[in-house]
Amino acid sequence: MKRYVASRVAWLLVALFGVSVITFGLGVLAPGDPAEIVVERRLNQPPPRDLVDAERRNLGLDRSLPVQYLNWLSNAARGDLGRSWLKSIEVSDALRQRIPRTAVLAFTAAAFSIVIGVPVGVLAATRRNALADHVCRIGALLGASLPSYFLAYVLIFVFAVRLNAVPAFGFGSPAHLVLPAVTLALGPAAVLTRLTRSAVLDVLDEDYVRTAKAKGVRQRTVLYRHVLRNAAIPLLTVSGLSLGHLLGGSLIVEWVFAWPGMGDLAIGAIHDRDYPLIQGFVLFSALVYVVVNFAIDLAYGWLDARTRGAG
Amino acid sequence: MATVEAGLDLGHAGAPRPLARPILRKLASDLTARIGLVLVVLFLVMVAAGPSLAPHDPRQVTVERLATPSLDHPLGTDGLGRDVFSRLLHGARLTLGTALLAAALVTAIGLVVGTLAGYAGGVVDALLMRVVDMVLAIPGLVLALAVAGLFEPSLVAVMLGLVTIWWAGYARVVRGLVLSLRSRPFVEAAHAVGASRWRILARHVLPSAVSPVVVLATLDVGQLILVISGLTFLGLGAPPPTPEWGAMLNDGRVYFLSDPQVVLIPGLAISLAVLGFNLLGDGIRDALDPRLARLVVRPRALGRRWPRRRAR
Repeated sequence: MKRYVASRVAWLLVALFGVSVITFGLGVLAPGDPAEIVVERRLNQPPPRDLVDAERRNLGLDRSLPVQYLNWLSNAARGDLGRSWLKSIEVSDALRQRIPRTAVLAFTAAAFSIVIGVPVGVLAATRRNALADHVCRIGALLGASLPSYFLAYVLIFVFAVRLNAVPAFGFGSPAHLVLPAVTLALGPAAVLTRLTRSAVLDVLDEDYVRTAKAKGVRQRTVLYRHVLRNAAIPLLTVSGLSLGHLLGGSLIVEWVFAWPGMGDLAIGAIHDRDYPLIQGFVLFSALVYVVVNFAIDLAYGWLDARTRGAG
Repeated sequence: MATVEAGLDLGHAGAPRPLARPILRKLASDLTARIGLVLVVLFLVMVAAGPSLAPHDPRQVTVERLATPSLDHPLGTDGLGRDVFSRLLHGARLTLGTALLAAALVTAIGLVVGTLAGYAGGVVDALLMRVVDMVLAIPGLVLALAVAGLFEPSLVAVMLGLVTIWWAGYARVVRGLVLSLRSRPFVEAAHAVGASRWRILARHVLPSAVSPVVVLATLDVGQLILVISGLTFLGLGAPPPTPEWGAMLNDGRVYFLSDPQVVLIPGLAISLAVLGFNLLGDGIRDALDPRLARLVVRPRALGRRWPRRRAR
């Protein structure tokens, strides 16, 4: 176990270094001269050369790249991600405002995907090759093949336009959350269904399940006590994968539904070429992703006795 | 990646046997794979011949805006009066062509980097694999978006964004393959008769690594289409009036509430293409030698690619 934890910590360090280098690199590669853009914004006219040079020194852009990287890193570690080029806001303030909204959406979607995926997967596994199994197989396949934006528009068309049951776009009431959360949930739900099904099928074949059945333990108790508990390990791995879906997917879904979260901010920033904001978004998404994956790896090692025993 | 090493053991002392024939035989007996194959062939015909089948100029603006389907316009017209059917036919080459080209590119990069890492070993291997770890540590779509956004909107920008995130998983698989091939008897035999390192690499190792990776890329085309059309839908792809599918969806957004077909039709085209490639890919995976199938697990674009091996 100690060696396992050490290897995961080593991975965490490599990943964090990679995230910082890539995020910093995006800023370096971004089109436009930051000093010129900053001065032009301030003066609202084409900037004079000497002022631009002064600003460049002020921002530290005349130093070598490694020095710039270290400066950027120490600022970022203190939560200072610079100012937006186009809007007069600190990047960290913009993120602070948007993160809770995206978090609400992502957590609701994650809850939906578990509530849909796990029971459907169990149902399909316990009624193997029956109608329910086939329906679930097709559903999981569609969930993996339909682009989220197409799904979003179909849901808007059916539930907002035709049935008028929920609002289509915007933010404010819990009802606004329904369609974007469902759209975001269906991809991960499809993956979870497939995985639950195969995990439960694997465990159903195990000797200890047959023994429990032979002892006369009730079907439901067997399912909860023996099957689901052991099937939980592979499911945990997928939750990390789903997180990637949720972080990436919320980009598109927020944009379609005009949900004013991080994804919406990032796409606006991409269209404006506002690279400090984009850097902030990439850094935050990547940090969440890396840290959660690290936590999942540790939990995985702890849950699986074979890893624990392996030194 | 012990699963890779174990998975590739085809049970022969000689070079791996060709994969194609048993796969094709099994594919023919699988209904969903056959449906996938029909869809894929249909879309490939569109890629090859689409523009010459189109009844109208896909960029021609007319006064017949948002027309309903008719004989002249089988799928109606869009908000600028352009023929939707012609735009779809032209768009196939752009959207699907980009995906196919991207698949070829990531396969090539993965083969080069993975072979280098697996065969050179040591510091080169460690460095390259840490770079792979770093790329895979960032959510794929987020990084692809940021990289594509560095350039003016174009399909090349989208492709660059995509290749930036996608090569890493391939490099890791190829490295595993090369490691396992390196100690195989036919490679050792070549070494024993005095073949040079480069000759062994080019004549023995690389050819054996190619076919599994090409299979992997085939399974991936559906995901590539999804990510490409996602990025073009967000406005990072070819600027108007290019008839690209994701861009068509984007163009249609403002008319959606009154005329949903301008969004739903390109959306359906993308969905069917992805579905076709996914069905065919699943069929190929099922048809593979089960030991090889364990190796060619479909990588996920938007998450961690490979479930970590449990230490035993």
